[in-house]
Amino acid sequence: MPRRGVQRLRNQPDPDRRRPRAVLTLLLLAAVTVITLDARPSGESPVEPMRTAAGAVLGPLESGASAVVRPVAALPGYIGEVTELQEANAELERENAALHAELRKGTHLRARVGELDQMLHAADRQDLSLVPARVTSMGAAQTFSRTVAIDAGTRDGVLPDMTVLNGHGLVGRVISATRDTATVLLAVDAKSVVGGRLGAGSELGFLSGDGSISEDGRLTMELADTEVEPAPGDTVVTWGSRNDAPYVADVPIGVVTEVSSSPRQLTNTAVVRPFVDFSALDLVGVVVGTDGRGAREAVEASR
Amino acid sequence: MTPLRSLAVVVMVVAALTLQLGVFPALAINGVVPDVVLLVVVALALARGPEYAALVGFLAGLLLDVAPPADHTAGRWALALVVVGYLAGLARRDARWSTGATIVVVAAGSFVGTSLFALSGLVLRDPGVTIGAVVQVVPVAVLYDLLLMPFVVPVVLAVMRRTEPVAARFGAVRG
Repeated sequence: MPRRGVQRLRNQPDPDRRRPRAVLTLLLLAAVTVITLDARPSGESPVEPMRTAAGAVLGPLESGASAVVRPVAALPGYIGEVTELQEANAELERENAALHAELRKGTHLRARVGELDQMLHAADRQDLSLVPARVTSMGAAQTFSRTVAIDAGTRDGVLPDMTVLNGHGLVGRVISATRDTATVLLAVDAKSVVGGRLGAGSELGFLSGDGSISEDGRLTMELADTEVEPAPGDTVVTWGSRNDAPYVADVPIGVVTEVSSSPRQLTNTAVVRPFVDFSALDLVGVVVGTDGRGAREAVEASR
Repeated sequence: MTPLRSLAVVVMVVAALTLQLGVFPALAINGVVPDVVLLVVVALALARGPEYAALVGFLAGLLLDVAPPADHTAGRWALALVVVGYLAGLARRDARWSTGATIVVVAAGSFVGTSLFALSGLVLRDPGVTIGAVVQVVPVAVLYDLLLMPFVVPVVLAVMRRTEPVAARFGAVRG
């Protein structure tokens, strides 16, 4: 009877179905093992040699691909830039006029502007040795960690725990470096904590990121001293670590936009808008020393 | 499995990785980059079934976990892509094949992959992973993957067809 034949077929275990399930179980266990090995809080991770190897092989590949695609990706930007620049120019002219009016109000205002300017150029005055580098790859939002790869590595003198900055201020710190590439943890990453100094009073606090690289990404600054009342508009610079690692002192970080404090909290909290536009990082500098000599002289023209 | 075919798969995975990490960050939407490697794994699942895709998913995921600028615990992408490869391979078996079905499988694979990666981050207490961030990122990732699908999946399928051994081709006609 044909019907019984079908019935028998159904009841037979399907050997083709069983094998993939065994493979799936095996692979899932392997993945969980890797996670467990790498997530151990203490000691050197056994995954680290793989990271180094991957960086040595894939890093140059990524750099090459990104160098090819950069001019193409920038093209729509150039076209839009003209109108954008015209608008920006008009706005800057208005702002300039307003600032002139402000400046005429009194000398103390002028002094404050001078102070602000000084702070912004703190990095210049310090004779920092910078290795210039380009951002070749940015961690995707799907990975939920804010890191970028740069095209300078140990060959150029870049080592883990070095400060990374650009013309506007603090970018982050190097967390790992291979021969040709290095990975930078941005200051806006949720794992990043930076010691900061607030405005003229030199009050100390810790800044942590919110993981957002968009325009409205903010840093949160917890002030150690509850007596201090930070004011919106105050500039925050790095506090500086021992032996300049991972952060050198006096690099501008951002400006205070909001202050919140509650009697129940033990600390005052300030919201800081970073000077650096983390969504449009391109050329950055890695601080390799504070003696004024760079390991790599300048960016090659061909790049 | 011929050596030529294995080589083709390795080349495709490395190319996808280079695209995903080196090229697409310049074209990111809201920071979200299309998961090119995931698309390759799904396409391989459609061509070769769950067993094979889960294995390639594991290896490709591991590569994605250690390539710069990755900073997360290694093994998280591997875990996600094993599941994606396996499920996509099962779907091929159950459904009669069409373009619409491919779209559904890619969308589901992309959703499962990015969600599993986020979920493992939540379990491991990665401070960057919050429910709010996940809700913002995952839909964009799925849409971007669908947008890129017509450029990746047919290429992978064509390569797999070209490198197919003659004996297997006859087998395919029978089954």
